[in-house]
Order: sequence, then structure tokens, then C-alpha cells
Amino acid sequence: MRLGLVIDLDVCVGCHACAVSCKQWNASGTTGALTDYDPYGAEPSGVWFNRIRHFEVGTYPESKTINFPMSCMHCEDADCVTVCPTGASYKRAEDGIVLVDQRKCMGCNYCSWACPYGARELDRESGTMKKCTLCVDRIYDQEIPVEERQPACVLTCPAHARMFGDFDDQQSAVSRAVRERGGYQLLPELGYNPTNHYLPVRKHKPIETEGLGKPGFKERLKGLANRVVKI
Amino acid sequence: MNALVKTENHAKQEIKYSTCYMCACRCGIKVTLEEGKVRFIQGNRNHPTNQGVLCAKGSAGIMKQYSQAKLRKPLIRKEGSERGEGAFEEIEWDQALDILTARLEKIRSTDPKKLAFFTGRDQMQALTGLWAQQFGTPNWAAHGGFCSVNMAAAGLYSIGFSFWEFGAPDWDYAKYFIMWGVAEDHSSNPIKIGLEKLKRHGGKFVSVNPVRTGYSAIADEWVPIRPGMDGLFALSIVHVLLSRELFDYEFLLRYTNSPWLVVQTPGQKGDGLFLRDEAGNPLVWDLEKQAFVSGMDANITPAMFGEFVAPDGRKVKTVMSVAAEEYLDDRYAPENVAEQCGVSAETIERVALEMAEVAFRETVEFDIEWTDVWGRKHDKVVGRPVAMYAMRGIAAHSNGFQACRAIHLIQMLLGALDGPGNFRARAPYPKPIPPHQLPENNLDIINAPNTSLSRPPLGFPTKPEDLVIDKDGNPVRIDKAYSWEIPFASHGLMHMVITNATRQDPYPIDTLILFMANMAWNSTMNTKNVQGMLREKDENGNYKIPFLVVADAFHSEMTNFADLIFPDTTYLERYDTISLLDRPISEPDAAADAIRHPLVGQERDVRPWQEVLVELASRLKFPAFTKEDGSRKFSGYKDFIVNYERMPGIGFLAGWRGKDGSKSLKGEPNPNQWEKYIENQSFFAHHWPDNQKYMRYANKDYLEVAADAGFVGKVEPIIMQIYSEPLQKFRLAARGLYDGPQPPQQVDRERISKYFDPMPVWYEPLEMQRVDEKEYPFHALTQRPMLMYHSWDSQNVWLRQILAQNYFYMNAGQAERMGLKDYDWVWVESHNGKIRVQLKTMEGCQENTVWTWNAIGKQGGAWGLTADASEAKKGFLLNHLISELLPPKQGERRITNSDPVTGQAAWFDLRVKVYKAAPGEQGSWPQFPPLKPLPGDSGERPDVLRYNARSDSKE
Repeated sequence: MRLGLVIDLDVCVGCHACAVSCKQWNASGTTGALTDYDPYGAEPSGVWFNRIRHFEVGTYPESKTINFPMSCMHCEDADCVTVCPTGASYKRAEDGIVLVDQRKCMGCNYCSWACPYGARELDRESGTMKKCTLCVDRIYDQEIPVEERQPACVLTCPAHARMFGDFDDQQSAVSRAVRERGGYQLLPELGYNPTNHYLPVRKHKPIETEGLGKPGFKERLKGLANRVVKI
Repeated sequence: MNALVKTENHAKQEIKYSTCYMCACRCGIKVTLEEGKVRFIQGNRNHPTNQGVLCAKGSAGIMKQYSQAKLRKPLIRKEGSERGEGAFEEIEWDQALDILTARLEKIRSTDPKKLAFFTGRDQMQALTGLWAQQFGTPNWAAHGGFCSVNMAAAGLYSIGFSFWEFGAPDWDYAKYFIMWGVAEDHSSNPIKIGLEKLKRHGGKFVSVNPVRTGYSAIADEWVPIRPGMDGLFALSIVHVLLSRELFDYEFLLRYTNSPWLVVQTPGQKGDGLFLRDEAGNPLVWDLEKQAFVSGMDANITPAMFGEFVAPDGRKVKTVMSVAAEEYLDDRYAPENVAEQCGVSAETIERVALEMAEVAFRETVEFDIEWTDVWGRKHDKVVGRPVAMYAMRGIAAHSNGFQACRAIHLIQMLLGALDGPGNFRARAPYPKPIPPHQLPENNLDIINAPNTSLSRPPLGFPTKPEDLVIDKDGNPVRIDKAYSWEIPFASHGLMHMVITNATRQDPYPIDTLILFMANMAWNSTMNTKNVQGMLREKDENGNYKIPFLVVADAFHSEMTNFADLIFPDTTYLERYDTISLLDRPISEPDAAADAIRHPLVGQERDVRPWQEVLVELASRLKFPAFTKEDGSRKFSGYKDFIVNYERMPGIGFLAGWRGKDGSKSLKGEPNPNQWEKYIENQSFFAHHWPDNQKYMRYANKDYLEVAADAGFVGKVEPIIMQIYSEPLQKFRLAARGLYDGPQPPQQVDRERISKYFDPMPVWYEPLEMQRVDEKEYPFHALTQRPMLMYHSWDSQNVWLRQILAQNYFYMNAGQAERMGLKDYDWVWVESHNGKIRVQLKTMEGCQENTVWTWNAIGKQGGAWGLTADASEAKKGFLLNHLISELLPPKQGERRITNSDPVTGQAAWFDLRVKVYKAAPGEQGSWPQFPPLKPLPGDSGERPDVLRYNARSDSKE
């Protein structure tokens, strides 16, 4: 099994729902709490597993605004795991989820430097590295209704721009979406083989309006015979 | 599972369902609690509004619940301290209630209108309005005057339902969706759910908006229009449709007043009114009978176009002839409006044709049998799948009412209303046009002590006699709603209350009660000066607004100005109703309402404001709250909600009515109604059968249910009004051609004559007419970020990590030409003042437009934040630049900066200039002194927060 996310950039409106739901679930989740620094003060910040970038492509008036959520890609060849000196960072054989054993982590930051996606978050209070767990504490929990056994970000996304599933299963929704919509990996050239994929923006085909209506109604109106419509 | 992964303590958890209150969406929430602490808030999958999803605000509810800004106990301004100084003392609830009761008793027994009661972001106007009516003051409204009354009023005077909350796009079947001026506020989750559906089905999404963020980011086509020009763009689309004969004949003849005959006697009384028979029915010309017949009849063949001579010799012509004459004029041709709109002629024409293509050649047809209100059976419904939605970008201009009517005109021409795939009504709408409810205007009743109003303070005038004015034609309401200045002010003008009360214009008041509205900060125009007004005293040293009562849950810039504070509960702590009598959560396929109930306990000494209102109503012995023997009728809010009936069988909640809970929509009170709602996940939905889902303005089976449930008075067709006779009546009055009241002042005659056009019309927004475009070359706008909605949210310790400083955004090319770059500090100046802000550039911004996020800027110390919070030091409000009054004009009294028809605050008419700040000029300006901490709050804030709801956590 190779679990991960598909994120549809065609419909992501950049609302941060996924980021906050993630924060909420994981604050009390398996690696919680997720510390907030200076929460009421001048420079508030904190530990988040999922952050949304916003950028623009093209120039006005042809510009396009892109909202780009980023979290751990659960790479097949995860360098963050390779570089970990204590063995705290590990990739699970059974489902491919990359996790950090909080008991072994000494907060050395090597994994964070190794990750090109900026997915690792050092919790300065616990002194440990934290990251997206794919809500491993939700997705296998038999007490949670089966349709809700999904990562919090997927469950909450108002634009249904996020999908969760098994990329090893060719018939899964995530595999199909990637096939049908031309899903792609981020920075594949680095060779980490990230599991998460992004779906590109759709191009709407032009609407053909050939032969629609008869111009010149203003002139025709002068000698107009009303259409007889029984109402 | 892997032993390293800690799992949930299910044995210690419980799940409860309620309704979110982090914005106006009112989504269903499923809340997991662990030993009383909030573990997880998620969307309720079964709820009609959000279908399981939840936005950023909803997910951040935990941090609202554990906010540092929560008020703890009733507070009174310290004796000897100045208002706004922030010196308060805690008092007991009995004291607070005694003080207010005594004050209100005195007002009510002398001059009830000296109480002004205005409410902010609540959804309980049915209760607060009833309360004001029972008190006997006309001075009540909610915040619609500065929010979106233009959308509500334009819809209710044109199509019987409206953008805002009385209709929704049919996302399942729409193939073309055009969104006008929608910032990320209203209908947050439903729009996001819908946009994805539309795009998945291959529908096209066009966004008309000067700024490309949020929803507009994913539009297939972005139309960066110049602010205030939407009405012109819409009427140019109308021009294209008419000039190619692209309109739905049958729809227009059946369901609109297009064939009704308009009297053509310019300069004479009766000009522009409908030709009517003796019974008052509007007449049409029947092509088969070659005679005038009632337009309300069935089986007629009305002429769509034409001029005729009435039996009395007057010339008449059809509404559609009036429309053709108006809109086929070359001044609406795309090439003649393109420059002003900032949209190319090619785009205007193409968008018009694309809509027509989809409406007429890609119809959605269902084999659904239904019966029209005239009794004829139909074997299918035909949908024209062009859907629209419009909000604040239309609403917040002083031409917004007419601009919104222009959009409704497009929908009517396309026949794209309440059918499959287009813009559909949400119960209890559609209603008669306008709804049959007039504002109280009987002066004897309004002025009588200890007397309730005979009808609500707000309503929908149809003629000058319906205005709320005195015998000299002066305003009677403190906000001047329903006066000649603002005749159709259906939501009141909350944004004028502090200014008018301070100027004692039209009269001084005694007490102002504000609920949940930050009128000393981000919800007011002209913030800095309005703070000054709240402090203003007369020559005797008495405050111009003698007594200011604020009810809120949090410590805000507004509570800081209160003389008496009633601390409210949070949305997870109290009972609430989201009622069909009010702003319901219905969807097109279901009438729906909902409740909240306490999910968590609270240890503060606070009470729900509704509970306080019921208590005050009982103490003051309002008739509806008092038994014949003088004792109180309702023990409290819960009891009131279950047992109050507006009409027999119609109450606040529509579900589980009847003694045993077996009735829906109508039925006797059910003593166990709250429990039934709680058992059923806190909402009720009445799903419309297929034959009642469409064309409900003329759907017999639907209208019968609607009449029974009290949504409409009786079963009769709701004919949409392209041409609005009520507007024409006011115009006649302004022109001295009306047998009835006429505006005494020239300025009102001119305004009404010009802006009360019975046909949708575009005119330059009022402030823009008075401000030099060369000196102030930019339009300045605000919008709300999707992850926040309101100042209630930007205090949120999770959300503020995403956005704790607002920047001032400008088109990148424009900035470069002006020598400005990212993070420069700049001065922004309007006719009303100046502010210093930090600039960011972007491509997705119309070149003549600058904008910022609203309600991020804070006064230091407010909302539980520290004095040096970035919201206070770097964030800012654009509000200081916006005047609540139009720039003065020689010989004219000061006039509100609002739509002249509805009184909608014209926030978006603002024009500014921008220039670089001098070296060393940094930080936002103006700065305000930080608020003092309230009693019981040390003002100290922790450096770190480690929220963890797990009962076994060490946090």
C-alpha cells in the first residue's frame, strides 16, 4: 500500500480550511500538542503540518492566481529518513507513511534540511521534529465511521480539492485522478519520488456561439408583428 | 496498529451536533468532546448547508472558545471615568438588569423612540425585531444597511427572492456560472462546494471582480471590471441580448410584467404607472381578442411589444417596449461602455452570447409533472442552466440597488430563474413583490408611551404614503430610514446611527443598545471620528449619546466605549435558533432551520443575550411576553422559542411541531421540540417533492404549502417586476405629479427623480460624482479573507498565524510606473483623511483599483491581544478614509454616503490617492492608545500555547 494525497489545483480556492482542520486534529493527535509561539503578540507563529502558498502566473490581465497547499509528500525515497541520525524518522513498510518517533527524535534538524518541500516542523517546546502523519491516528481507527477514516484535511476541504487513497491500487480514486487529469509530482527531478500528486488547472474549451440570434432587432422592432404566445 | 501511534480515548469522548457560528453560513457541525474539552469540530455530513465540509473558521472554533478576550461578568463604566477610557467595574447580573430595566421603563413611559437598538452579526432578527416592536421604538435594525441590503431589496422588488440569502445557484445542473463582486464572505462553504461541482461537470465559471483572489482564482475567465461599473456592464449585456432577439418569450410573458402596459403621459399625474382595470389588475393587450385584458389571467395572448391607446385616450406601451427603447440605445452598446467598464467590447459581447448559447441551446429538461398556479398541468420542466451569484461588489456602491436589478433583468431575459441549473429560490422565498410588510409609520402609535408598534419597524414601502416621516416630511427614525433621503431602507442604516444621534439629527436619543457590532472600529465608516463622537459631550458636560449599552461575548474596541456591558456566551455554550422567520438555512431543494445547544459548560458569569432580551421583555411587561394577569408568559428563551406563535401553528422552529412532534412547518407547539432537534443533529429539513422544486413563483402545489406555512399570504402568481411601479410612484412624487406626500426639499426631489428609475439603470456612484478623479485616481476596496470573516475571528490564535497584518495591494504594473515596490510604506489619502500602510503588489488587480483585507487592523489590547500585536502596529483599517456622509455641497444638508434608494452604505465608492511615505515613516498610522485590560484580566499573555484536548496529555 502506498497512501498519499492528490491535490486539485483547478479547484483549490486557497481558503486554508485544510490547514486549520489539520492543526485542530493534530493539536490533540498522536504528536500533539503543536506549539504556538507568541500566540497573542507581535509575531504569532506555530507548528503547522500543512501550509498554503499563494502565487501568480502570467501578467495582468492574463494573470492567474494559484493556491498551492503543501505538506509532507510521503516520498518513496525519503531523504529525511536517510539522514536521520537516531532512526526517529521512518517510513512505514505497510503503507508508506513517513513518521517521526517522538521518543527517539532529538530535534537536530537534519531531516528538515534534507526535505526540499519544507514539510518538517520543529516544535521548539517539545524539542522534536513533527510533520504530517496523514492522520494515521484517524485512518485506521475502527471506532470512527468508515467514511470519515480520512485525513482531516481531506474530510474538511470545502472545494473537494483533496483526495486520499492508495497509489498502489490502480483502481483507487487517487490513481484514476492522476491518470485522467495528468496529475504530477512536485520536483520529481530531485529523485525522492513523492507520493502526493497535484492535478493541473483545467482549460475550459471555448463556447461556440456561431449563428446565435439575429442581429438588428432594433430595426425589426419598428414593424414588428408580435409573437402570439398563449399563456 | 503501530504501537508508536497513540489513538483516541474514545471511552472518554462524546459526540454532539450543533450549528457553527464562525460566520454567516451556519453550517452543521459535529463536535467531539473529551471530558468536556473540545477535541475536534468537523462538518456534519448530513447537513444541507455544508454536507460534511467545514472551512478554516469553523475548524478554528476551538480557539474562539478558549479566547483570552471572553468577557467574564457584567461591567459598568467606573464612576468619574470618561467614556472610552476603559475603566470598568464588575457588577452582578441583578444590578445590571435593574439599571437597564429602570432606564428602559422610563424611556418607554415617556418617548419610546429615544431607545435605539441595533444589532450586528446576529441571525436572530425575528426576536430582536419583535422585541423592538413590543417596546414601541421604530429605532431598530440589524446590520444589513452596511452589509447587503442592496442585494436583498433589489431581489425582493424585482424577482421575489434574492442574492444574499434568499436564493442559491443550482450547482448540480448549472453549465455557466457568472459571479459578480463576491468576496469570500457569504455562503462560504456552499459556494466552494458548488464551484467544484460546476467545474467537475465541465461548466464555465466567469468571475466579474476587480481582484483575482479566492473564488476568482479558479475562474475559467476573470473579468477585471472597474469598481462601480457592474450595472453598466450588465445593461450592455442586456443590449446585446435584445439587439439579437435573444430572450425567452414564454418566460417573460408568463412570469414577468413584460407585457403590462405603462401609461405614457409625460408631465402628467399617472405617467409611468400601469394601466389597470377597476379591480386594480394590470392590463395587457390581447393579440387574439384584440382587447385589453387583465394581465393576471390565464389563457391570454399578451402583446410583448407595442404602443396602444387606452379606452380613456391615454397612450400606453408595454414594459418590453419601454425596455427595448431604453436598452437598444447605442449608449449601452459594448463599444460605448467598454472603456468606462474597463472591459473590452469583445468580452462584453462574448459573455452575453455565451450565456444565451447555454441558456437556449443547452437546456436541462426533466420529466417532472407540475401544475402552474393557473391550474394548467405541465409534463416537464425546462431549465436554462445559466446561474449567477452577486454580493458585496455590487451591494457596496451607491448604484448597487439598480446594478443588482440590472443583473436580475439579465436573468429574466434568459428565463433563468428558479429552474434547473439556474438561480433558485430558498424557502420561505419567493414572496410577493415586494413582500407584504410595511414599516410602522403611524405617528400616534410611535409617539405613544407604553405602546407596542402595530407592525414591525422594518418593511417594504410601495408608495410615498408608506414612508416613516412626520407631518413636515422629516425623518422619524434616528437612522432616517424610510425618509425622503432613503425611501426603501429595508434593513435600516446602522452606519448612520452614531453620527445622527451625536448630531441630534433628527432628535436626541437617550439610550443606544448595540449587540455584536464593532461600531467603534471595523464595522463603522470614519472610525477615528466616530470614536470621537462616542465621547462627544454637550455644553452641560453630558454625553450626546447619554447611555451606551453593549452586548457582546468579547472585549472589543466597541465594548471599550460602553457605559454598561452585557457579557454574552459563545456559540458552543448556548441555545439558539436559525429560524425560517429570520435568515434561514434553506437550500433550493429543502426548507430548513436549525438550532444550537450548549455543548460545553462555562464558568464565567455570562448569559446569552437572547435570554437577557426575554428577561427584559418580561420585566417591562411587553404584551407578547406577559399573561393577562400580568405575570410573565415565558420562563426564558427556550420556553419562548417553543411556545411563541407568530400565527397559530407558526413559530420560530418549523420541525417536530404538534403536541407529539409529528407535524412539519405548521402545528401546535411541541414541549419537546428542542429535544427532537438535538436528537436529529440540531437541524430540520423539509425536502421539496420534485413537483414543488421549480418555478415556485407560479407553482400551485408549492404555493399551497407556502401559504399554509405562512411563507406567502395566499396562493397567487408572483409576477416578476422588470418595471417597478413603486419606484415610479416615488419619482412622480419627486416631480410634483403625485396625489400624496411629496418631498419638501429640492435635494430629495432631485435624487428621487434621478435614481428611482422604474427600469434598471446605471449612474456614476455618488461619491465619485463629487470627488475629483484626477486628484484621487484609485478606487479603494476591502474584502474579507476566507479564513476570517469578522473582527471576532482575526483574534483567533490559529487564524492570526495565517494573517496578522494586512497589506495594501496594488497592480504591479501600476506600482512600477509610480516607483513603488513591495513593502514600501505609503500614504493613502481620501477626501476624508489619510492613513499610512504597507504596500504589496500583485498582478491580479484591476489597474485603477487598490484594496486590502478588512478587519485585520486592531486597536492594541483589544480582543485579548497584546498592545504590540502586529494587527495594531502594522495592520490598518481603510475605514478611516471612508466618510459616512457624502462630501458637502453648498446649500445642501449633509446626506448619507449610501445608496439613495436603499441606504446601503457605499463603502466601495471610495476614491484615493497613493504616495510614498518619507524615509523613516514606518508603521501603520493612525495609532490608537491600547485598551486597558478588563477587571479580572491581568493583561499578561503566555509566550507559548500548547492546546491539547487529550485528557491524558500533560499540557
